Amino acid sequence: MAQPKNFGFGEEAVLLKESAAKFFAENFPTDRLHALVAADSTPNRMPECIWTRDLWQQMVDLGWTMLAVPESAGGIGMPAVAVAGLAEELGRAAFPSPLLGTINATYVLAAAGRGAETALMDIAEGQSATLAITNRQGSWEAEDTDVECSGGKLNGTAWFVQDARKVDKFLVSARTEAGISLYWVAADAAGLRIHPDAIIDLTRDQGHISFENVEAVELTDEGVAALSKAFPAIWTMLAADIAGAAEWLLQATVEYVSVRKQFEHPLGFFQAVKHPLVNVMIQVDETRSLVYNAACAIDTEPGAAVKYAHMAKASASETAAFAASRAVQYHGGIGFTWECFVHLYFKREKHSQLLWGDAAWHRARLADILIVAA
Amino acid sequence: MSINARKDSPQQTEFRQYCQDWLADNHPGEPPVRLPLTALEIMTEDQLNYLQAWQKSAYDAGLIGCDYPVDVGGGGRTDCQRVANAEMIAAKTPFLPNIIGLGMAAPTVLYHASDELKQRLLPRLFSGEDIWCQGFSEPEAGSDLASVQTFAERKGDKWVINGHKVWTSLAHFAEWMILLLRTDKSQKHDGLSYFVVPIRAALGSGVTVRPLIKITGETGFNEVIFDNLEVDDSLRLDEVGKGWQVAMTTLLHERGAGELQTPRSGGLKSKSSHATNAAGLLALARKTQRGSKPASEDPLFRDKLMRQVIREEALKQNQRRAQVPALLDHPMRLALQNKLLSSEIFQDTAALAVEVTGASGSLYLGDENAPAGGQWHMSYMNSYGMTIAAGTSEVQRNILGERVLGMPKSK
Repeated sequence: MAQPKNFGFGEEAVLLKESAAKFFAENFPTDRLHALVAADSTPNRMPECIWTRDLWQQMVDLGWTMLAVPESAGGIGMPAVAVAGLAEELGRAAFPSPLLGTINATYVLAAAGRGAETALMDIAEGQSATLAITNRQGSWEAEDTDVECSGGKLNGTAWFVQDARKVDKFLVSARTEAGISLYWVAADAAGLRIHPDAIIDLTRDQGHISFENVEAVELTDEGVAALSKAFPAIWTMLAADIAGAAEWLLQATVEYVSVRKQFEHPLGFFQAVKHPLVNVMIQVDETRSLVYNAACAIDTEPGAAVKYAHMAKASASETAAFAASRAVQYHGGIGFTWECFVHLYFKREKHSQLLWGDAAWHRARLADILIVAA
Repeated sequence: MSINARKDSPQQTEFRQYCQDWLADNHPGEPPVRLPLTALEIMTEDQLNYLQAWQKSAYDAGLIGCDYPVDVGGGGRTDCQRVANAEMIAAKTPFLPNIIGLGMAAPTVLYHASDELKQRLLPRLFSGEDIWCQGFSEPEAGSDLASVQTFAERKGDKWVINGHKVWTSLAHFAEWMILLLRTDKSQKHDGLSYFVVPIRAALGSGVTVRPLIKITGETGFNEVIFDNLEVDDSLRLDEVGKGWQVAMTTLLHERGAGELQTPRSGGLKSKSSHATNAAGLLALARKTQRGSKPASEDPLFRDKLMRQVIREEALKQNQRRAQVPALLDHPMRLALQNKLLSSEIFQDTAALAVEVTGASGSLYLGDENAPAGGQWHMSYMNSYGMTIAAGTSEVQRNILGERVLGMPKSK
């Protein structure tokens, strides 16, 4: 099926993106973010989980957490391009929340068939969730998990779980005799323990989740298929978040170099500063264009979605690293300090760069598709 | 513009069908000569004759100049050139040889010339019967274009021109030149004026065209020397001293950022030519043995190959997103990146192709063992024409930094 020229980015998507931008600008400007999450600068502080539940509840009430839930399960059923628009604004605000986790879980549940319908309804009712499908090595392959299930009980540990302390439910992958199954587990289930990780990113929390004879409801025994089907959306939404955060870094840095003077000129007068910032813009735009292309493929050309989503996340990981690096460098001495807001985005981008596969990983998978297939 | 990408208007729908029908019956077929990669590399009369014949038939059929007014030889349509372009490219037609005329001279003439001049010049420009060239750059005026020194002195209703233009593509075939020159030495930008000059008619009497040889060994561009050439004042575009503003119209369209779509066709390849894009690069890597396996199986090359595939796809998606205002922060942000990105991506793809072929990458056109006949090496060298001409990549980054990001102007 041919993709629509405008990515299918229709009026509802425009309104959603605009209202998200307005919501974050009005309720959560960067100084509020900094005051909230960066109060303690101690390097070896205890892992924290700081966020604003009242704003999260407003987002739930606005329906943002159930955008991707099909209408048949009580959700809104918005196309992925619209969700990507929201994810871009989320990244631009570096907003701490389990929104991406909930959206990720939604795409997996939607791919998991009839057994996942009740879980989708939980999300449609406003519950939050996140994926617990990664092993100790941090493998991004669907087959790899350190959790096992036998006799209906989960044992083992899921690693690198995003926003672990914010969510109501975990979507867990576990090995069974038959292969990989998926499970829907309440965060307060008996035998489940959340071990917070000390991470660099102040706008997220992360943890590893241990399971000791945890009773679990199986969603599907075709776990690899469901995860593989959802991965393009998972990569694309994170890439959208990265693009939004990178645009913030770009604009903040452009503003700074237009004001800060040295040698009788604003820094941006010097091409040693100006040209690399143009390169940042080029990178951000590359990522954004690839994000909307991938999202559109998810909606209208599913057979090409994996390929295009690899491109989007490969590009996004490069953009995350480059935009973060240049923003600190061109803020000069002040950019090296805790008081300057740049480090919040720097850290979110460094985290996002690695999450769900870095650039080299995605390029290697893309090569497997393009070079073998031809 | 609506938030949705353009859907065909009724006029466009009808015109698209017309183009498809016409192209189905009138494709010129396999070229009798090996075609160069672009119009700027046309070297022989045979190549030119074939391409001019194609342009004339496409113009006579109404596929060129569609959006220009009828009284200057255009089609009088609204936003239909993009339709004709898409259909011509889909039909894999030859490219249009009068590239500078169509892309740069035509919009400039339309916006700045007298009605009489428009009616005289544009029909033969569209048909390709008159090839055009551009007299902007000089030995001492490259990126700093406003410092051109070619001078026109007023003598009644005539001007007498002396000076030296360089890098003039197609001048050896051109009837006409768009010419930026100085009419006042006491001012920089405001001392410039803009003319159209019939250089072919003046060869040997005030105009000398000499070929410059490129690093590839090919000709294709020239230097043009003016020695007391007399031209009529009626060939001046806009007012005396307004040359810089007129030149901005030219450059805006050259960068693909003008209001008028440039007529474009293309896609037809000679049998011996190869695709100088990421797909061509992948094909090359598959059939190039490096050690015991093809280069396409080497993880390091695979990574580099995928970088180019991704950049190329992103450029394509940029062009698509540029048509969706809701996904643009600044209206010119993507349009002004286009030339910079396409030239740099092409350059890096060609460089990687040469690298992939290893020791055989040392072989050039004359060697029977050269990979792809040595054309990747030629493409790589020619790519510098693209990153230097029409505003170097450095000038493009200044423009983007200043006009789009709003950073302070650099010297």
